[in-house]
Amino acid sequence: MPTRSKHLLPGFGLTMGISLFYISLIIVLPIAAMLLKLAGMGFPEFWRIVTSNRALAAYRVTFSSAFYATILNGIIGLLLAWVLTRYRFPGRRILDALVDLPFALPTAVAGLVLVTLFANTGWYGQFLEPNGIKVNYTQIGIVAAMTFTSIPFVVRAVQPVLEEVDESLEAAARTLGASRWQIFARIIWPTIMPAFIGGCVLSFARSLGEFGAVVFIAGNLPGLTEIVSLLIFIRLEEYSYEGAAALAFVLLLVAFLTLLATNALSAHQTRYAERST
Amino acid sequence: MTTHAPHSPGAIALIVLAFILAGLILVTPLALIFSFALREGMAVYFANILEPNTLHAIWLTVMTAIIVVPINIVVGASLAWLVTRFRFRGRQLLISLIELPASMSPIVAGVVYLFLYGGQGLLGPTLQGLGIQVMFTPLAIVLVSLFVTAPFAARELIPLMSQQGTEDEEAALSLGANGWQMFWFVTLPNISWAMAYGAVLTNARVMGEFGAVSVVSGAIRGQTNTLPLQINLLFNDFNVTGAFAAASTLTLIAVLTLLLKSILESRRHG
Repeated sequence: MPTRSKHLLPGFGLTMGISLFYISLIIVLPIAAMLLKLAGMGFPEFWRIVTSNRALAAYRVTFSSAFYATILNGIIGLLLAWVLTRYRFPGRRILDALVDLPFALPTAVAGLVLVTLFANTGWYGQFLEPNGIKVNYTQIGIVAAMTFTSIPFVVRAVQPVLEEVDESLEAAARTLGASRWQIFARIIWPTIMPAFIGGCVLSFARSLGEFGAVVFIAGNLPGLTEIVSLLIFIRLEEYSYEGAAALAFVLLLVAFLTLLATNALSAHQTRYAERST
Repeated sequence: MTTHAPHSPGAIALIVLAFILAGLILVTPLALIFSFALREGMAVYFANILEPNTLHAIWLTVMTAIIVVPINIVVGASLAWLVTRFRFRGRQLLISLIELPASMSPIVAGVVYLFLYGGQGLLGPTLQGLGIQVMFTPLAIVLVSLFVTAPFAARELIPLMSQQGTEDEEAALSLGANGWQMFWFVTLPNISWAMAYGAVLTNARVMGEFGAVSVVSGAIRGQTNTLPLQINLLFNDFNVTGAFAAASTLTLIAVLTLLLKSILESRRHG
């Protein structure tokens, strides 16, 4: 416990009270209620639910779609972050503000827009469908929805680090005859990589849990375009609460691992920053 | 960062590519929402917005935000004060716990609330015995919204307050200010922009939350249907123009959010 002398400032009791009350009531108690339900279920039953064929198919669809979406977001995010920090051009501030649109726009609206854009008569669909690319009600649609909803993660993770890249190093490399590609590969990339991976992890985690945008466009065919979140929702509608709890626990575990991974990454970054100063 | 003008051809190509991508992925969707909402004329648009169930959904969504945003700002500020001004055992755990909802799927957020307040939940039957129904009421929507937006204010305030340090506050105290005076005249002015920023982010998420609310609200038309759920219902009823009209209201709020965010960010860094 803290020593009395450290409490120079007031408000320890009050803010501790508010924080503990809120965190217990709003965050811990509901999660504990679900874990309690799970504990009452027994392991064989839990294992049967989380390894059923339908669940396995849902993991496959969800994880592979999130993986593709994260790769797309890594590329798009790196490009946008690079352009926004490295160059000054008209419209830069608007572009910068627009990047956050997927976070500001409700996921249901995003889903509604995407399914309309890619419909066979839609603004994009009318060009894609004649070429045999069907987006709506296929896995491509799921990837599109996941990509859209998590675009800002990589941009916002890489941007501040890219702004801090030591320019004297780049100038030195240039005078020593390094090509632009060498400067990127040897100086810039090693600096921004932890932030880039951190952004990708967040993007992946968000895509795994995305529900609103995906249900509009996925068509939700069991085994083909049914994501884990949707399977949980269907189990609830069937009043199969055990089924929902077991699958929700799988997603909760993944969320927890993500949190650990990002914490470890940011700790690594902090150490890195302290070393370099 | 120095400006890199005149741009090399490669730089110009990258900038053009960024604008094309942003146009296809971000601008076109915005244009499509308003184009579809207004495609049958202004009269139909306003009739769609004023349709009783949509109007009720707007009201419920706004009320939820009015309740949730102030609570989470106060709690976020309390938590930020606690973890940046004091060192105690369990401090890191508190920070992790408040962050937890951000990495959870919205559906899982809904499910955990169902297992607390639902008919087979931990507290549900007891509360029902006392005549208190939580699940499938606006109260459930408020609670689950508090859950999903719990980290938003704290996450803006914690880095700022730990960076600002305690010197100003200690000076105020040594000059004879009491705790509340110190808070009102020293702490609050220092964090007001970050608080506003947290409020904007919280509001956007509360008004747009779909997954968690769809589990706990029951989506009863004209009763527990928020705007995002109403959009889904209208779309499933094949009322596409109506769905886009409802979506346009949330889109306006999203655009407003981006504007405020941009202004607040330049204030904070400026």
